[in-house]
Amino acid sequence: MRKILEVKDLVTRFYTFDGVVHALSGVSFDLYKGETLGIVGESGSGKSVTMMSLLHLLPSPPAKIENGQALYYGDADDKPDTNNKPDADNKPIDLLKLNKSGIRKIRGGKIGFIFQDALSALNPVMTIGRQIGETLIEHLGMSVQQAKTRTIEMLEYVGIPEPQRRFSSYPHQFSGGMRQRTMIALAIACNPKIIIADEPTTALDVTVQAQIIELVQRLKKEMNMSVIWITHDLGVVAGMADRVVVMYAGAPVEIAPVDELYYNPGHPYTIKLLGALPKIGEKESLRLESIDGTPPDLLSPPAHCQFAWRCSHVQEKCWKIVPEQKEISSGHYAACLFDFADKTPIPPLM
Amino acid sequence: MQRYIFSRLIQSVCILFGVLSIVFFMMQMTGDPVSLLLSRHATPQEVEALREELGFNRPIAIQFTSFISKAIVGDFGKSFRHQLPAMDLILERLPATVELASTALLISLILGIPLGLISGSNPGSFWDLMSRGTGLLGQTIPNFWLALILILVFSVNLGWFPSFGRDTWTFMGMTLPTRSVILPAFSLSLFTMGQLIRFTRSAVLEIRSEDYVRTAYSKGIADRKVYIRHILRNASIPLISIVGVQFGYLLSGSIYIETIFSWPGLGNLLAESIGNRDFALVQAIAFFSSFVVVALNLLTDIAYGLADPRIRYE
Repeated sequence: MRKILEVKDLVTRFYTFDGVVHALSGVSFDLYKGETLGIVGESGSGKSVTMMSLLHLLPSPPAKIENGQALYYGDADDKPDTNNKPDADNKPIDLLKLNKSGIRKIRGGKIGFIFQDALSALNPVMTIGRQIGETLIEHLGMSVQQAKTRTIEMLEYVGIPEPQRRFSSYPHQFSGGMRQRTMIALAIACNPKIIIADEPTTALDVTVQAQIIELVQRLKKEMNMSVIWITHDLGVVAGMADRVVVMYAGAPVEIAPVDELYYNPGHPYTIKLLGALPKIGEKESLRLESIDGTPPDLLSPPAHCQFAWRCSHVQEKCWKIVPEQKEISSGHYAACLFDFADKTPIPPLM
Repeated sequence: MQRYIFSRLIQSVCILFGVLSIVFFMMQMTGDPVSLLLSRHATPQEVEALREELGFNRPIAIQFTSFISKAIVGDFGKSFRHQLPAMDLILERLPATVELASTALLISLILGIPLGLISGSNPGSFWDLMSRGTGLLGQTIPNFWLALILILVFSVNLGWFPSFGRDTWTFMGMTLPTRSVILPAFSLSLFTMGQLIRFTRSAVLEIRSEDYVRTAYSKGIADRKVYIRHILRNASIPLISIVGVQFGYLLSGSIYIETIFSWPGLGNLLAESIGNRDFALVQAIAFFSSFVVVALNLLTDIAYGLADPRIRYE
């Protein structure tokens, strides 16, 4: 498989009155063509900040991208004679180095963004049709009439009934599921190569959630896109992702193919997260497992493993070094000093 | 939308009825107008005769119903001083006040909204500081003081504008304003301008961080379009109400500014009629001003519904 996006050592900080918030401290991951990459982690772990950093969507000040590269290989597709060899003569674009007009071509055009709460993410005083049409006119240079025709097609494509009539509706006249479908139509309108879905199903009820997931999976296949799906729902990820990145305190702690992650987790945090999932068939009276403690304060992150406080396998050297990401099996990376995947018992807490 | 307008219309009528009642009873409490019309040496018989003639000896309830039923058709009686129907006097002065108020509103819109927009989109910058300073000054400087300073500088010293009065010129049958309106309008506009700067700034600041603005950026459209289509359009909703209310006040005439500049408008007429205890005229002006304010509020509500589709369907 071919890489379409390669993020290397991304560091983003927020300069606030209280001090410097180390929101991202070295995020690296790859995205391959046609895959769904799940990104999981608790609130504040840096899932959304990572994605918004890539598209320069964070307000600056206070946000500042201090380091890193985000290489986008998507344009290889547009040139016919590269034969799937992206490195040959297709120089990737570093998204982080683009200027304002450069990143504008990427936003919406090459990378579509689906936001969490579609009610607040859609302009309340603009019709659905204009909001989608706007991006078509901007990126594809369509006329207003062409944009209208295409928008109605897109609305139909994402499963909105009576698209002709719905074209001139306002967001508040739609149901939650329809709004999220509109959001998706907006994101895919210009045939982007990558879709970033930032917790798109969080505000929806379970049946609608399933419909939205199905819709995105279908579109991904039909339009040959790659999807980055941000969520804190491990169940959703298990069902749809090809690979998973687990984030903790501003950095990935584990990256693995989805089955590998669930059957053979390589980081104590992932193990605990999976342990906290309610299981079908379990006695109802049983208390849900939880992870004791809270994530570290990102205002002054310690110079050792961020998970040390909460880890039940913590050792003396965990308090001294920041663990590097290492490959524990093919395509499976974990940032822990110990190898959990090899099943050798690790001594419990000192 | 029709139901929305209809319910606002009913409310407005109720408010106007309330205003009429208050106007009537307030004037009753200020004393007997007959004593002002006659000389101090009039005999009780003469006083009684005049009261009889003007209808002041009738029971309050009768006077009130007669007042209301005439007021509905715009008849507020004759001004004691001018011996002319009060409404005619108002309508005669109205063009001058409309000219002054509209110019003042225009000045405050032209200055206030761009300054607020610049200020709100670059918080903490030099331009933000300047705009906020201007806004604060606009709201705190007393306009009658500023009016005197403006006269001193631009009329007396520089001689650019006349220091008082209203000149007009006629072009193709229309009466058009001349530069004589500039100084009074500018003095009058200052408060509204200050308010517009501050409200535009805070609206822009708030809306800038809304999710849908982030969505607009994520679509890759240019910053300028994000500002005009997404931020300013949403910011205009709170601004509509300020503009409506302020225009209402401006239109009911400014007593200070019209007096200082001898502007022949409603404010001037009101000041004069209060001094003369000209019952009919004061009542008529008070009612007229309320009518303007209520009508503008109604228009504001309708404009609100047009600007914000969420209101129309409630």
